[in-house]
Amino acid sequence: MNTVVLLTLTGLGLAALYFLVASGLSLVFGLADVLNFAHGLFLGVGAYATWWASGNLPGAGPDGFGFVLAVVFGVLAGSLVAVLVELVLIRPLYSRTIEQVLVTVGLSLAGVALLQATWGADPRPFPRPDWSRGVTSVLGAQVPNAGLLLIVAAAVVLGALLAFLRWTRYGLIIRAGVENREMVTALGIDVRKAFTLVFAIGGAAAALAGALGGVYFGTVSPGQGGSLLIFAFIVVVIGGMGSVVGSAYAAVAVGLLQQFVNYYGTSGLGDLCVVGLLAVVLLLRPQGLAGKVAHA
Amino acid sequence: MTEVKSAEAPAPPAAVPDELTPGRARWHGLRPYLPLVALVVAAILPYSTLHLPGIFEGPLNSPGTLQLLAICLVFGGLAAGYDLLFGRTGMLSFGHALYFAAGVYGTDILVTKAGLPLWQAGVLTVIGGTTLAALLGAVALRTVGIAFAMVTLAFAQVGAILVARDFGGLTGGEEGLPLDVSGLPSALVGVTNTVNLYWLALAYLAIVVLVVHRVSGSPTGRVLAGLRDDERRIGVLGLDPYRFKLVAFTLAGGLASAGGVVYVLIVGGASPHITSSELTLSLLVMVVLGGPGTRWGPVLGGVLYMYLDHRLTAFGSSEAVNSLPAFLSHPLSQPLFVLGTVFILAVYFFPGGLASLRSRLAPLLTAIRRSR
Repeated sequence: MNTVVLLTLTGLGLAALYFLVASGLSLVFGLADVLNFAHGLFLGVGAYATWWASGNLPGAGPDGFGFVLAVVFGVLAGSLVAVLVELVLIRPLYSRTIEQVLVTVGLSLAGVALLQATWGADPRPFPRPDWSRGVTSVLGAQVPNAGLLLIVAAAVVLGALLAFLRWTRYGLIIRAGVENREMVTALGIDVRKAFTLVFAIGGAAAALAGALGGVYFGTVSPGQGGSLLIFAFIVVVIGGMGSVVGSAYAAVAVGLLQQFVNYYGTSGLGDLCVVGLLAVVLLLRPQGLAGKVAHA
Repeated sequence: MTEVKSAEAPAPPAAVPDELTPGRARWHGLRPYLPLVALVVAAILPYSTLHLPGIFEGPLNSPGTLQLLAICLVFGGLAAGYDLLFGRTGMLSFGHALYFAAGVYGTDILVTKAGLPLWQAGVLTVIGGTTLAALLGAVALRTVGIAFAMVTLAFAQVGAILVARDFGGLTGGEEGLPLDVSGLPSALVGVTNTVNLYWLALAYLAIVVLVVHRVSGSPTGRVLAGLRDDERRIGVLGLDPYRFKLVAFTLAGGLASAGGVVYVLIVGGASPHITSSELTLSLLVMVVLGGPGTRWGPVLGGVLYMYLDHRLTAFGSSEAVNSLPAFLSHPLSQPLFVLGTVFILAVYFFPGGLASLRSRLAPLLTAIRRSR
């Protein structure tokens, strides 16, 4: 029983990480049809900015309020980079899907190389609060606090995103744009502003994933985003492109499946099961679990 | 008055068809043989002791230079094979590294672990790689567009995981698997025989170019081009897009695994980084830099990319770069940063890649010629 609780909670922690990356990817893809390979870069920027801030930014530090400040700085940095990428690189290429993919591919190669050039290829120890190293007893299982932090953060982000999509005017535009972009444009609404907004949100969520992932893994390295990105892609496809709720369900399914199979089967088997799940979903329901509708 | 003036003004020279210009006619007669000439030049290159400082570290026939050239040639062939998917059929596959890795690891395992002779291992590997491509393609091609890209990416990721986790102790995991050379023909082993590997790589490149050229010129190739431009129309014409795409996918997979067989001989072992999705991404970069859907563009792109990838490391640690301020010299010492930036610029400013440079520069050249 203890093991099951522990595996469930660590699996949910992993799912939270996937969701933070996948929600932005999914919204960007659903609204702007951009398959964003540079999303891993936003994650890396968030992680490194948090790491840098806790050492150099006045008032920020590895503990208490300083840590919150460092994370906020990282999230803002990731968001800023995402907005810049959208404005400078993606916007001139809208409705040319292949070129957009190519540009984000080039950006992911160059961006990761730039991180590596600035801070080296080796993993750096991440400044994390002392309490995140401890464990909490939940139903008799000793669960690492960093995992719980991730779950809480992802739940907050999910709630905030849903509230934003449901109750604000821009949320309405985004939902409508995912469903039928031409119609929204025809009604005289500038969808491109919503594109920028979606990139900012996605970048912020990915940067948060980078910062909290740094706490979870204890280190930060340039290639971290790339390996998470592939699973985030899988989550997006399983969940249905453009659906935040679908991403959340898919992230939970993928995280739990991976954790349980990796524990009870051979290590690595869980990753294979995830790809198997992807193949099954695509063959039975090619549009993903939730289809192309931004549910709120 | 104006009428008289305009009659005196020199009329712009009438466009003379190329075939009618005497100087050019001879040149045009030679054109079909140019690839053959290039092949012969490339084949006799190892006999030259030419020293090209700055371009290569040793003379042309030194083993180090030949190995670098051989790797470049193999990747030229791989890019040409990938172009069969991306440039000629319009399929964006993110899993091409899988079939290349199948070629590399298949040969390595069959030779090193099973002790088969090289030719048997090679033939079995190519057959296996082609079958794998046919099977996975049959599943992946049920989806189109971005979903297809994702599925191929996921399949390739399975390959990467299988290799990295080292199931059954076959692949050597993160360490890689050095090739056991004791069973290989002696002509392919040792530093002094690098030239034979170079010729092998050249032969691989020639075969891939020939196959891709023949396929794209055939009726099947025209259907593939039609699929790239408008898939629905091909369906309306009564042809089955699925089958034609599967043929292209299988063929490209087979060519890639053959490339893997050559590559493992050149490098003398397999390492897990060739299974990563970054390899597919760099194939994509090669094709786009060279010019998708052209005969020589992808080859040029592949050769140039691998050359730069190897040489930029040396360039990055050279004096000229190190003397620059840190914010310039650090990024410049990363080959991927330079290549990624060049790639982004190419997507914006040279959408046709290197192969389109000539037609893009043609107006400029004509203007220069006129003004002389």
